[in-house]
Amino acid sequence: MYEAFDLEMPAKLEDALRVLSDGKGGTPLAGGTNLIVDMRAGRERPERIVALGNIGELRGISTGDGRTIIGSMTTVSDLLRAPEIARGAPSLVEAATLFAGQMVRNTATLGGNIACGSPAADLVPPLMSLDAEITLAGASGMRTLPLADFFRGYKQDVREAGELIFNIAWNPLPTESVNTFYKLARRRGDAITVTGLAVTLCVAEGRCARARIALGAVSPTVVRAKRAEAMLEGQVLDAKLIDASAAQAARECSPIDDIRASAEYRQHAVRVLTRRLVSNAWDTLV
Amino acid sequence: MPNEKTITLRVNGGDEEVCVPSHRTLLEALRTSGHMDVKCGCEKGDCGACAVLVDGLAVDSCLTLAWTCEGKKITTVTGLGTTENPHPLQIAFKDLGAAQCGFCTPGMIMAAKCMLDGSPDPSEEDLRMGLAGNLCRCTGYTKIFDAVLEAAAVMREEGESS
Repeated sequence: MYEAFDLEMPAKLEDALRVLSDGKGGTPLAGGTNLIVDMRAGRERPERIVALGNIGELRGISTGDGRTIIGSMTTVSDLLRAPEIARGAPSLVEAATLFAGQMVRNTATLGGNIACGSPAADLVPPLMSLDAEITLAGASGMRTLPLADFFRGYKQDVREAGELIFNIAWNPLPTESVNTFYKLARRRGDAITVTGLAVTLCVAEGRCARARIALGAVSPTVVRAKRAEAMLEGQVLDAKLIDASAAQAARECSPIDDIRASAEYRQHAVRVLTRRLVSNAWDTLV
Repeated sequence: MPNEKTITLRVNGGDEEVCVPSHRTLLEALRTSGHMDVKCGCEKGDCGACAVLVDGLAVDSCLTLAWTCEGKKITTVTGLGTTENPHPLQIAFKDLGAAQCGFCTPGMIMAAKCMLDGSPDPSEEDLRMGLAGNLCRCTGYTKIFDAVLEAAAVMREEGESS
């Protein structure tokens, strides 16, 4: 069993931020489905935990003006119960559907999945493919930045001490768009992703107007294959161009060997999945 | 110990006072209080043996801190039905041989209950995804799936007639 710690359970965001900035340190606890496992394994030894579960203002989904805004403590199951997400972000729905098991989905949160910083965090590639922005709350105020700029390295991000993830937001996609996610893993349920790939393709006047390819579990952080995206934008796509872009996406990741798959296999999977998802999206749209 | 306090857990309709330190999980608090129907399996959220309902939602009690459950409604498998008056899921698991060694059964039933509350007429996908977080190393799941579908039909009928 893990060591004892102090446990604070603030009911308001301002109280949580005050506690986290009082100089005594503190580890935020969202759903706990990663943190408590890490504590039990001895990888995390917090002396003080600030549980965020009582802070109502961090949980919920809104879609005012078409922009989707999701509070950081919204659970994976909450996402699945929100039809507005299903309409506007099918990639996120797919990732949430295949996320761990039911009990973990009922507990794990969007903010927690992002904050844990795992390259295999399944909600992150879909959010990056939607050009999501992340808003952080700190004792000195709020700041918003693209989610693609949030991660600095393996399990490292731009948060200052005492800063919390407040919400995630994105603007709706144009009508002629496809947004998809594919999770490659040993099983469909309760499995850690070997390669996760989210694609957004928007078409205008017969050409690819926007391409987003976000790669999970193949680099120290979730990354976008920006050069592969650039090869597609402004073009009329065909099999040759899609394959060249897929090969470029595979060059833009830097996977490792681990117990789930080899680096070589992951790189191959990025190429195959990029080709498949972009082809399917293009065929659906034109 | 400074970070120890007495909290009230509302388990299966009754209030229970337990004195626990802040790092104690709901699983440990429940079993220490005699709720041995909640099973301790992997303790990392993979196996689902420890699943209970907290305010109606199935969670892994091994990943839930006891303090965060104060005032919330906790249901374990014995809170779902008794030997004299069993729940349709409990009847179906017995009738269709969905329990072999029985260790996964309490968590399996609680996960099934939560899934059926959201999807009373579950598709194959609902069923598989609903039970994706529960491991059974005996039965191969076929009889478990059959039992959940059987119970779902009974629950729909009972819901309609009441």
